[in-house]
Amino acid sequence: MEFQGRTWKFGADVDTDAIIPARYLNTSDPAELAAHCMEDADPEFPNKVAAGDVIVADKNFGCGSSREHAPICLKAAGVSCVIAKSFARIFYRNAFNIGLPILESPEAVDGIEEGDQLKVDVDNGVIYNLTKGTSFKSTAIPPFMQELIDAGGLINYLRGRLSR
Amino acid sequence: MGMTITEKILAAHAGRDQVEPGELINCKVDVVLGNDITAPVAIKEFEKIGVSGVFDKERVVLIPDHFTPNKDIKSAEQAKMLRDFARKHGLTNYFEVGRMGIEHCLLPEQGIVLPGDVVIGADSHTCTYGALGAFSTGVGSTDMAAGMASGEVWFKVPESIKFVFNGELNKWVSGKDLILYAIGDIGVDGALYEAMEFTGPAISSLSMDGRLTMANMAIEAGGKNGIIAPDQTTIDYVKSRAKRPYKVYASDEDARYTRVIEYNVADIEPQVAFPHLPENARPISEVGTVEIDQAVIGSCTNGRMEDLRIAANVLKGQKVHPYVRLVIFPGTQAIFKQAMQEGLFEIFVDAGAAVSTPTCGPCLGGHMGILAKGERAIATTNRNFVGRMGHPESEVYLSNPAVAAASAILGRIASPEEVE
Ligand code: SF4
Repeated sequence: MEFQGRTWKFGADVDTDAIIPARYLNTSDPAELAAHCMEDADPEFPNKVAAGDVIVADKNFGCGSSREHAPICLKAAGVSCVIAKSFARIFYRNAFNIGLPILESPEAVDGIEEGDQLKVDVDNGVIYNLTKGTSFKSTAIPPFMQELIDAGGLINYLRGRLSR
Repeated sequence: MGMTITEKILAAHAGRDQVEPGELINCKVDVVLGNDITAPVAIKEFEKIGVSGVFDKERVVLIPDHFTPNKDIKSAEQAKMLRDFARKHGLTNYFEVGRMGIEHCLLPEQGIVLPGDVVIGADSHTCTYGALGAFSTGVGSTDMAAGMASGEVWFKVPESIKFVFNGELNKWVSGKDLILYAIGDIGVDGALYEAMEFTGPAISSLSMDGRLTMANMAIEAGGKNGIIAPDQTTIDYVKSRAKRPYKVYASDEDARYTRVIEYNVADIEPQVAFPHLPENARPISEVGTVEIDQAVIGSCTNGRMEDLRIAANVLKGQKVHPYVRLVIFPGTQAIFKQAMQEGLFEIFVDAGAAVSTPTCGPCLGGHMGILAKGERAIATTNRNFVGRMGHPESEVYLSNPAVAAASAILGRIASPEEVE
């Protein structure tokens, strides 16, 4: 998997209420959720973000609620992956389960600015900053998580196992 | 090498004698929980797996508590998905409006979660049940779907941090203050991916309600779970409620911790967490003048009997400040009834408070008390993120029920000591 896009940079502790406010959770339709993605952090974000774009954030991205609507709405809004110094654990799990690539790399976060063009090689965990001509390696994904990704998410993985 | 209570419970559910932090294991689950926001997504995913039914009709629990009684048509459609699924699969633990409560108040009360269990819930505050000596943690809807189908879930065994609370509690200091103080100390990611084990004489002296409040907020420090080893208080709470056997675990003397953090609770005053993170905790004496428009007493953090009694104790014979709305949400129907029988509602209504049927309501900015632009609330809930209770430019301050009640009376964040 490889993506290319613009950087949208956010700070530390971006919570799930910022990613998708609870007032919109009376639906689980990805497109409806995407229309309000990151709205409380940046009201213009849903209009500005383009397919392939990358969110780069400081530590503890996705803290707060267990709502899977958070990674779902980011994915539906066109965000190709999220790079952060660290992720909150339920968000981390949910992102893998629904197939939103996420990469941990403190160096990349410090070396990328708002608006930079990035190329991300998810399989090898390499982040290229095309604007600055630099590259970064992300923390390796545990083998079991890789298995989940290869199966196409938890549901497909389980479908294979339960019907065995 | 000894094991922590968390490691022991996980090992037992993985069919192993020993587990190591960092290992990925597959565990049997005792209870799988979902609500009207997360279960609709889980139900759609469950249907894709292609199994005919849930792993156990008694152990999949569905509770419509967030936007209920249905606040609008879309919410009604979501709640209906739960109801239809519960009927189709013959679930014995579906709790309808009028018989329900906020999920994390209801499950311990009904004896659905017991010591030694492994519980997953598609709600981040599923960590609440650690107060009973269970391993319980929040997951997303896809994990919930997988759990409903297979009765199993994968986990990375967390490392553990041990918190030792020594000393005796000051007046008006409760479990809420201890946990806000700890989060203020270690930060909102201070326990990221880790188990938070609460121990010490001050924890032993807490009631079950106070312990549930503490474990409830483990997630606010990024914790995977919060846990308190069962003692006589736990057994007394559980024994009349349990309908199946349970097992009590305790950490070994030589168990491994990444850190041991000790506090003397005599140093801890009632805490107030300022916007917009729970880690912004300050002692009540250092709050200064913060005027409020609304006070909220309730939620899965502080909507239990003890909380309502404390609030009533402060509100008795008093009036809510003319510029403040006080809304009170008992956690479950049983708590509602008990509060009514004890005469607490009379105190609340005489003071000028609104009392609601159990619901999450304003806690997540759902309904029943949304804040307008620029408004400020004090709440006994667990999160004060931007926009959590309404407009993105509103503010939420977190406190215990005594401080929230005193603030409602005085129109500004205040200590119960200031109420005549
Ligand atoms: S009361 Fe608040 S924190 Fe608790 S389950 Fe409901 S919305 Fe979540």
